[in-house]
Amino acid sequence: MADPMRIRAQLAGDKATVRVLMNHEMETGQRKDASGKTVPAWHITEVSAQLNGKPVLSAQWGPSVSKNPFLQFSIRGAKAGDKVAVQWKDNKGETRTDEAVVS
Amino acid sequence: MKLYLLATLAVASAAAFAQTKSAADGIAEYRKLLEDGNPAELFEAKGEALWKQKRGPKQASLEACDLGQGPGVVKGAFVALPRWFADTQKVQDLESRLLTCMGTLQGLDTAEIAKTPFGRGEQANLEGLVAWISAESRGMKMNLPASHPEEKRFYEIGKRAFFFRAGPHDFSCASCHGEDGRRIRLQDLPNLTKNPGDGVGFAAWPAYRVSSGELWSMQRRLNDCFRQQRFPYPGYGSELTIALASYMGINAKGAVSIAPAIKR
Repeated sequence: MADPMRIRAQLAGDKATVRVLMNHEMETGQRKDASGKTVPAWHITEVSAQLNGKPVLSAQWGPSVSKNPFLQFSIRGAKAGDKVAVQWKDNKGETRTDEAVVS
Repeated sequence: MKLYLLATLAVASAAAFAQTKSAADGIAEYRKLLEDGNPAELFEAKGEALWKQKRGPKQASLEACDLGQGPGVVKGAFVALPRWFADTQKVQDLESRLLTCMGTLQGLDTAEIAKTPFGRGEQANLEGLVAWISAESRGMKMNLPASHPEEKRFYEIGKRAFFFRAGPHDFSCASCHGEDGRRIRLQDLPNLTKNPGDGVGFAAWPAYRVSSGELWSMQRRLNDCFRQQRFPYPGYGSELTIALASYMGINAKGAVSIAPAIKR
């Protein structure tokens, strides 16, 4: 199973700033290994986020995103104690979901 | 026409001014932007879990490991390493000390781990461990002990190795890191013969390298310095690398550690 994400959701006024660090190789499919064989593409294709189960963000990602990606966004109208969930899906069909509480 | 000329002049001087903002400032700005999302955090999380996890043939955690501040004490251990350890009768740095604990407590084959290439198998686990252990001392000042005769000897060996010129390029560590204001390409190089300042040089490693997406421990950093000098591979946790770390660490006394840092 994929390694966990690190999610921080910090409240300032009526906006929560969410910072997400994801654990992913993000192989582009363009690189070759030492023996000259192409390293197969392996990257995140979809990212989504919910505030208390309600969708607030959805994104399509491709191979140009860096290894171990960092994503930051803000949610207007969030309150302390709200739950922020983030999930990604990669091109191998693997998924990972993690949660954080707004504070 | 005159007005136009004046305008271009103003633009030109603005460009010249922009250039005086040195490349180093640009890199510092870039690091600042990245700091918020330093992926070293991912390694820290992994390391903390590994420290507490029962592993190896003896099914033990590393929680009884003595990093120099007593068994199980992690906070403040990083800024006082390498140091003399009475049980092994050796001066050890963080990585070699962890190897000792992985061997004695967990029963893992340390010779095998030392031979494993960086970033694979148990070496990848070591990266997590050093990330977490160094993070526990973040913001503390480098304070290596230097009173034991062996610690003094290692400092002297490290100093000699630092100034030892050899290899096809005939250069030593000191060729690049022996005076202020040196740089390689656009990177400023710290002067490691003294305290280079807070969060610079010895106080900035382990670090996450954005260019390779890897977490580099001081062992890996030093081994890569040897590679750049076209020296033979000194070996993981070898006395020579520990001696160099003693030299740089004692010189850096008082520097605030920001490890695990983020690097280009």
